[in-house]
Amino acid sequence: MVTKPLTKNIDMTRGPLAIAAYESADGYQSVQVIAGGMSPEAVLQLVRDSGLKGRGGAGFPTGLKWSFVPQGENSPAQKYLVVNADEMEPGTFKDRLLMEGDPHLLIEGMIIASYAIQASMAYLFLRGEYTASERALKKAIGEAYDKGLLGKNILGTGFNLDIVLHTSAGRYICGEETALLNALEGKRATPRAKPPFPQVSGLWGKPTIVNNVETICNLPGILTYGVDWYHGLTKGSDHGSKLFGVSGKVKTPGCWELPLGTPIRELLEDYAGGMRDGLQLKGFLPGGGSTDFMLPEHLDLHLDYAEIASVGSRLATGTMIILDNKTCPVGMVGNLMKFFAHESCGFCTPCRDGLPWVDEIFNEFESGRGNEKDLQILHEHVDYLGPGRTFCALAPGATAPLGSGLKYFAEDFQRHIDEKCCPYKH
Amino acid sequence: MSSANTVKHSDVIASTTTRARKLTAEEIKEIEHEMTLYPDKQAVGLEALKIVQKHQGWVSDESLLGIARYLDIPAADLESVATFFNLVYRHPVGKNVILFCNSVSCWIMGCEGIKDHIKDKLGIDFGETSVSGDFTLIPVPCLGDCDRAPVMMVGEDLHRNLTPEIIDKIVLDYQSN
Ligand SMILES: Cc1cc2nc3c(=O)[nH]c(=O)nc-3n(C[C@H](O)[C@H](O)[C@H](O)COP(=O)(O)O)c2cc1C
Ligand code: SF4
Ligand code: FES
Repeated sequence: MVTKPLTKNIDMTRGPLAIAAYESADGYQSVQVIAGGMSPEAVLQLVRDSGLKGRGGAGFPTGLKWSFVPQGENSPAQKYLVVNADEMEPGTFKDRLLMEGDPHLLIEGMIIASYAIQASMAYLFLRGEYTASERALKKAIGEAYDKGLLGKNILGTGFNLDIVLHTSAGRYICGEETALLNALEGKRATPRAKPPFPQVSGLWGKPTIVNNVETICNLPGILTYGVDWYHGLTKGSDHGSKLFGVSGKVKTPGCWELPLGTPIRELLEDYAGGMRDGLQLKGFLPGGGSTDFMLPEHLDLHLDYAEIASVGSRLATGTMIILDNKTCPVGMVGNLMKFFAHESCGFCTPCRDGLPWVDEIFNEFESGRGNEKDLQILHEHVDYLGPGRTFCALAPGATAPLGSGLKYFAEDFQRHIDEKCCPYKH
Repeated sequence: MSSANTVKHSDVIASTTTRARKLTAEEIKEIEHEMTLYPDKQAVGLEALKIVQKHQGWVSDESLLGIARYLDIPAADLESVATFFNLVYRHPVGKNVILFCNSVSCWIMGCEGIKDHIKDKLGIDFGETSVSGDFTLIPVPCLGDCDRAPVMMVGEDLHRNLTPEIIDKIVLDYQSN
């Protein structure tokens, strides 16, 4: 039985499977299921039943999102699928593995998603720096066209689908789904006001679904092996398997596909090999740079959306960043603030002006000039930049490591003030 | 959005002495291909900038005006897109662009020391080009290879687990003659 549907074909010591080998490994079976007569509504219902949640960060139920797309005679004929492959969240390295390791899986998933929402056009929005992914995807898309899996009247179903690979040119904000739509339209990539939501009025005003690469890669398995099989994958309350990564000073950093609900300790100790000799775990960000710190005392929690949320953080991208006891937590948060300040699109004031101010204060701390007033300003910004104060989720994302860092590592901030230097630098 | 009066568009960003460069046949061919993939011309703007950059190394004012004129879109709109994206170079760059990851995992794994080594070795800081014209150093957010940090790209190639020794070798491999 398949237990690792996302990575079963991936072996990074060789190139990705070409289409024939991919097909021999149950590849494109889900398209055969559709060709066998499964309706778009039935596909959507299957995905709802599967319990799949978005892997792009927010964890929104995929089937539910799709159900918001207007269908029927009075709906706009043109609908779009957009795959978000703009992976740029600091510490996140999972979508790259899927695209370089098994590009056909993503294409197969795109066919299913497009069919379910009745989109005849799908854009794959790829980060410009991912040149190896681009090469792998181009080749795979070409192979899929040659086999009649893309283009007109796919496998005699009457369903048409074209995939366009769009390579971007930097800027983290393009990963925010409405900024991404503006970028695709050739506009400056600032987020759009919601509502209207993209599901109703997205790309060029047409109904549009934006899904993350990993989300889409879950779909072939669900159709090929069924919902019961999918429900058997998890060890917890959320369904499916997921890619989990660990970076920082552990013995064997890497990215693995594991059942949701796996204990965090297992990921860190069995897969990532535990901390390097002489180092201790001080804290970690569980799902990329926009998540709240967690502590060693949380290691026995499970990799499960609700369980991680119960201690004030988010599973988000599932790629952990490890803070050890010899790395300065203030420096680490400062590095993240510099990133967020730099990547602010500049559209709304708290983010455009607040983040550079925060960044500047971290520079002061770094050079031993931070004071109590600065510390207070940092605390205030957790509120000023928080949810509901800004146009998009970039600034609130920045407050996650900031607020939790101030809370958990208060002593380290204080030492920077008292000792007038970074205590980790001697 | 677009108007037939391309001369007016040009005036928006450029001094009166800046003239649109006529795009090459090769550039036009590639831009025409992109136009088949999107429903309108504005959407092709970024692709066109990237195509021109691929051929010319960077996007000069003259090139930008040339693209705007070819696509018949306002130059100011195209300019606002061009300046938004990190990977559209509005100044000349060296033969090899180093995209250096300075995000959190690479920072934890000591990328600052590696950057200092590059700085000593090539005499350039972020945003600068070496005297030889071989290298331009640019910071980028997380390159998505955090388990092999520190990481950087040289042109289209990714280099991982960087050490000062690896940097020395890379410099030798990429520098001219
Ligand atoms: C600043 C910002 C950056 C984001 N970057 C990404 C990204 O690189 N990839 C991604 O899939 N989602 C990203 N997201 C989330 C998307 O807006 C969107 O929620 C996601 O693509 C939806 O896909 P899903 O439902 O399959 O998870 C980002 C969100 C924000 C606010
Ligand atoms: S929160 Fe920041 S990134 Fe988001 S719209 Fe406002 S300025 Fe732009
Ligand atoms: S932080 Fe450098 S590659 Fe991810």
